[in-house]
Amino acid sequence: MTLLVIGLYLVGVLTVGLLSHRLFRGTGEDYFVATRSIGPFVLLMSLFGTNMTAFSILGASGEAHRIGIGVFSLMASASALVIPTIFFFVGTRLWSAGKRMGFLTQVQYFRARFQSDALGMLLFVVLVALTIPYLLIGVLGGGLTLTQITGGDVPSWVGGLVISVVVVSYVTYGGLRGTAWANTFQTLVFMTLGAVAFVYLVNQLGGLSSALSRVADARPDLMVRGDNIQPLKLLTYLLIPCSAGMFPHLFMHWLSARRVETFRFPIIAYPICMVIVWIPSVMLGVLGHIDFPDLQGPAASGVLVKMIHLHAPDLLAGLLGAGVFAAVMSSLDSQVLALSTMFTQDIVRHRGWLGGGNREEVDRRQILAGRLFVISVVAITYGLSLFANTSIFGLAIWSFTGFASLFPIVVAAVFWRRSTRHGVMAAIVTVVALWIYFFVDGWQVPGYTVGGSGVMPVAVIFLACSAAIVLVSLLTAPPDAKAVARFFPDGARR
Amino acid sequence: MSGGGLRSVLYLVLVAFFVLHNDLWLWNNGQLLLGFPIGLTYHALFCLATAILMALLVRYAWPSHLSEDDGEAQTAGDRS
Repeated sequence: MTLLVIGLYLVGVLTVGLLSHRLFRGTGEDYFVATRSIGPFVLLMSLFGTNMTAFSILGASGEAHRIGIGVFSLMASASALVIPTIFFFVGTRLWSAGKRMGFLTQVQYFRARFQSDALGMLLFVVLVALTIPYLLIGVLGGGLTLTQITGGDVPSWVGGLVISVVVVSYVTYGGLRGTAWANTFQTLVFMTLGAVAFVYLVNQLGGLSSALSRVADARPDLMVRGDNIQPLKLLTYLLIPCSAGMFPHLFMHWLSARRVETFRFPIIAYPICMVIVWIPSVMLGVLGHIDFPDLQGPAASGVLVKMIHLHAPDLLAGLLGAGVFAAVMSSLDSQVLALSTMFTQDIVRHRGWLGGGNREEVDRRQILAGRLFVISVVAITYGLSLFANTSIFGLAIWSFTGFASLFPIVVAAVFWRRSTRHGVMAAIVTVVALWIYFFVDGWQVPGYTVGGSGVMPVAVIFLACSAAIVLVSLLTAPPDAKAVARFFPDGARR
Repeated sequence: MSGGGLRSVLYLVLVAFFVLHNDLWLWNNGQLLLGFPIGLTYHALFCLATAILMALLVRYAWPSHLSEDDGEAQTAGDRS
């Protein structure tokens, strides 16, 4: 019954994604950014669903299982504040530049903004390298879910494979519009089923008050931040959601907005969506101690699915498993499409490998290239997932750290006319060097902070990146005023 | 209050929210509020307050000059 429900859900997702093809206009712009026609509700669901992944559902509950309720303040409320702020100040301006100048990718924007091909190539390599581990989170999460929800009957490689095949199908066929529609459907599913899971499981545990008392008696440290989280960690963790300002998949969804006013509703509603998804995840992770007090390391990421498997009847288990699948796939699809768009636009098209011919022929070839890249990216990620063995949450943090540390370059691009290509390149090189240093030092240490001080590595890298861009920009020749002016159409009004 | 003044006030409130996110005063408080540990309830309410602040920013500090770009789209492409 469980597998039947999940199977029906996957058919539903495929149907929604494939139906979107009826609106397909056959152009590259339509495939990659849905001809910039997405409205407020679908934009919210796309942005939110894309940002919520196995990390938010499985990783958050696993981390809450380990360190308690403080996980909500670390990631959820921090994201609820930082991410809409980024949409407001940065997203709207990048959308504006993208619409006026026809950009489809971040690399195109930065290459034009700083008049540098080398900068574009450097950024391309870094963004792709940081996105691959993020993709792995989704495939690993899918495998883990199916294995645990079937009590080990279905091996994890099957879950990862199923998710990969479904995502490839509707992304290659429907492009960004298919992805946005499927994301909307899936986000509604995992928000609803997350709330259902919370109410049902808490009821099975004897009610919220009783369940909390039992956990508080056994593990009072999980009810407070206490020694599980250092205050400096909470402070510096605020920088992690800055990753949203540099995610290629969020940039792509920003560009799909119909008008700048389309951003208004997502900016307001995003914090509320965070509460709806994260409270159940964190609380169920904490309450999981009642049945599973000894889960450690990567196994803790499966606490939610283990609870579903233990307490829920087959039908509900299938629905809740579908909810986790929804969260996983709503991120994976956008990340895959973003990478495919980058390969197609920033490499194949930019290098002139699409060949000549009329507009229709070029569009047809670039859509074909985009589809082939989607298939390749998913195949490579799936292959890597067969060998990966680490905590889902741990993988996410290192990916987020890299993206968040690059945030100063987009702030400089959007707000600082005097920033130069050399400043941005120095900042990127600084981020890469420090990220590698901290990753080598701490990737095997759960909850790693710099020297155990509570300071997240992102704080150090972020500051170094900011310093590099400011110092090197001021030490190098100012950019061409004419070239920069078209990126600041509002002149003195900023 | 002028539009610019209100915008500045809202930006200051936004900065204050970044400070208020660090609720050190609740760090070791295990009491329940609204049925949940108070450290969790505080941050859930913080998210709802953030939604209200965002609504005010959208209403009174919106970058309306960007709306002028709505009708000026170019076709997609690599222009750099």
